[in-house]
Amino acid sequence: MQMPEPNADILSRKARVVERLSAVLPEDAVIHEDHELKAYECDALTAYACPPLAAILPGSTEEVAAALRICHEERVPVVPRGSGTSLAGGALPTADSVILGVARLNEVIETNYPDRYIRVQTGRTNLSVTGAVEEDDFFYAPDPSSQLACAIAGNIAMNSGGAHCLKYGVTTNNLLGVTMVQMDGTVVEIGGAHLDAAGYDLLGVICGSEGQLGVVTEATLRILRKPEGARPVLMGFASSEVAGACVSDIIKAGVLPVAIEFMDRPCIRATDDFSGAGYPDCEALLIVEVEGSDGEIDEQIGLISQIARRHDPVELREAADADEAGRIWLGRKSAFGAMGQLGDYICLDGTIPVSELPTVLNRIGALAESYGLRVANVFHAGDGNMHPLILFDANTPGQLETAEALGADILRLCVEVGGCLTGEHGVGVEKRDLMSHQFTAEDLEAQMRVKDVFDPAWLLNPAKVFPLESSRGRRGMAA
Amino acid sequence: MLRPENEDELAEMVRGAAGPLRIEGGGTRPVGVTTGEVLSTAGLSGITLYEPGALTLVARAGTPVAEVEAALAAEGQRLPFEPMDHRALMGTGGAPTMGGMAAANASGPRRIQAGACRDSLIGVRFVDGTGAVVKNGGRVMKNVTGYDLVKLMAGARGTLGVLSEVAVKVLPRPAAQVTLRLRGLDAGRAVQAMSAALGSPYEVTGAAHRGQGAAAETLLRLEGFESQIAHRRAALSELMAPYGAVEVEDDGAAGDALWREIRDVSGLAAAEEDVWRVSVRPSDAPEAARRLEAARLLFDWGGGLIWAATDPGLDLRAALAGVAGHATLVRAAPETHAALGTFAPEAPPLAAISHGLRARFDPRGILNPGLMG
Repeated sequence: MQMPEPNADILSRKARVVERLSAVLPEDAVIHEDHELKAYECDALTAYACPPLAAILPGSTEEVAAALRICHEERVPVVPRGSGTSLAGGALPTADSVILGVARLNEVIETNYPDRYIRVQTGRTNLSVTGAVEEDDFFYAPDPSSQLACAIAGNIAMNSGGAHCLKYGVTTNNLLGVTMVQMDGTVVEIGGAHLDAAGYDLLGVICGSEGQLGVVTEATLRILRKPEGARPVLMGFASSEVAGACVSDIIKAGVLPVAIEFMDRPCIRATDDFSGAGYPDCEALLIVEVEGSDGEIDEQIGLISQIARRHDPVELREAADADEAGRIWLGRKSAFGAMGQLGDYICLDGTIPVSELPTVLNRIGALAESYGLRVANVFHAGDGNMHPLILFDANTPGQLETAEALGADILRLCVEVGGCLTGEHGVGVEKRDLMSHQFTAEDLEAQMRVKDVFDPAWLLNPAKVFPLESSRGRRGMAA
Repeated sequence: MLRPENEDELAEMVRGAAGPLRIEGGGTRPVGVTTGEVLSTAGLSGITLYEPGALTLVARAGTPVAEVEAALAAEGQRLPFEPMDHRALMGTGGAPTMGGMAAANASGPRRIQAGACRDSLIGVRFVDGTGAVVKNGGRVMKNVTGYDLVKLMAGARGTLGVLSEVAVKVLPRPAAQVTLRLRGLDAGRAVQAMSAALGSPYEVTGAAHRGQGAAAETLLRLEGFESQIAHRRAALSELMAPYGAVEVEDDGAAGDALWREIRDVSGLAAAEEDVWRVSVRPSDAPEAARRLEAARLLFDWGGGLIWAATDPGLDLRAALAGVAGHATLVRAAPETHAALGTFAPEAPPLAAISHGLRARFDPRGILNPGLMG
């Protein structure tokens, strides 16, 4: 993967940039020693690393604004960073950039139950937002797998999803307002505690813009009352085609589960060995979760089981209590850890139309075979968001590149059948060069125009999202 | 009038336009004052894809909303956001279209639970002011590939581009619904009741309040399968007991008619008054109501949306100064639009962004000039 050449002029001005940042930030908020900068050289896409020029940890919107103003004046690129959990390299630095970490912005500013929102600083972790309201039986709905660690800032940047978005939507559907600092230090307030922001839907375009339009320091988030209860049902099938047909039938029957999770045989085997969840030996496994009162759950599970039986399941296991529910989820929740035990893996994130599921799974199998690699599939079946895991050995020279080539082929397949490159992880650097496969030059031009408005010098989060070739003329303006 | 029959013709017409264009779907939701030759999208019609098992539907911009709703109903599904039909309120004819609905981000009572039109919109194709054809999003409901221009186009009223196709996420239509009714609450008490209901686990899909004094009624809608409704209706009635006697409307057709009235704001139709649409924090709604004492009001979205019918020419924004939120002038004489402004003025840095977007998507300023940024 190619990154732009670092700007030698900026590298030569490091001392001056650090000095100016130190003048507006607390002493311990400016990190510039080489050994300390190691911690910021990559995010969760660890295959790529590059120490930044410096890293800063501002503690307020004002400090963010002051620091950005300086970087703007100095024409130094800035890479915003939440908790660094991006699987797409969304927070990968360049050598001539300053990392702006929001970790110190972690306060709850206001909680309002009558109006059902919470206002937080964006360095706060996803799970701790729910943590702040769960004693009062409320929760924040988007629940990415990394929710223990990932920051709201990163969730907004990537428009993060989670297992429950079939019912509750993703970040953009739960975001009411933001305080955002533009690259030139201008602080803007967009939306608020009222439901509809005025004017153009700027919230909508900021959410998912991968930190390229501004640094969001505060966010007003919708909170919801917890459901009375939730329970899963597990079903195993003889083929992924049958499992796919069952998903479609459940949805067509008018039931709206909060989650429909799918695992294929390689994934079932690995997770079962790892967790002892007691999963059946079969080709495809579904975990379907529904919510409501006990009676409501019984009725929905009854209907779902009735549909499942029409597809000759090899196993059908309804959770009768919390204990059984926990066992059903045990394997799924440890899937990524279990796959890690088998070796290195790349986690893909394409989305496909649900109807294409069986075709795509078959073609992924064939592709994997042709590359001589193994692929395990675990994903959110209700919304078509796949997570094929490509297993490889990082210590074998060339295997990473082979795995990446297979990954690119799988993502191109997702686009070919009417889907997209990324459902919830974002483009980052990982899928940047595949963008021209999904979008025409005009499509990309329209998106880049938005960045021109918010960040005319193209200093924020450089070399992400857009193919380097497409953005070359614009990025040149930074120099 | 320009009436393209396909996207290529649309792009050709925009490219070749010599002057301003007034973009029209069914012409049912005119907003503010704009000029120019009418560019109708009515010729771009038809559902191009509908997969009930994937909860997705794609239609060309000029497709009547009614055609889409009928196709969905045949499969037991519906548009989640219950799009408002503006014809009664605005005194317009024609047929609302999918493109017009998206361009206006038209959302009804269920918006409080299921999200607005923009939340269900998953893909668009449009022609920008230079005549370039652009697609964004797609036909899958989980998609973070590139910037989300789908949201940007929703509610932009055609000023950033002329929609040619929209893709929406749809939802199953529940088997049953009931409406709980409380009578005689003032605005303050009604908002408290609605907040308690919306903060319950019973997934209230409509919370509205209308009328004054003894004639006031506060309405709470529940939707779901039969046994679910039986449970939730009892539980919510108990929760609402402190606010007064709870009546239950369990006739489906009567319930539908009731919520159609709320959705279409038909209570404020056919009158000389100006009509404003005000977005506030629900708990600020009683204060807004106090300041608008002389107006006829309808509260939707638990109090977060206030429709106000006021004396012609009244500056409602001045009356609500200091209350967070914003107001749009929906129905008024052209001179009132000119004097007060259709849309709420934006803070300078936001206005700069809006103007910047407009200048880049429509550099000649020909798409619905006078509207939005």
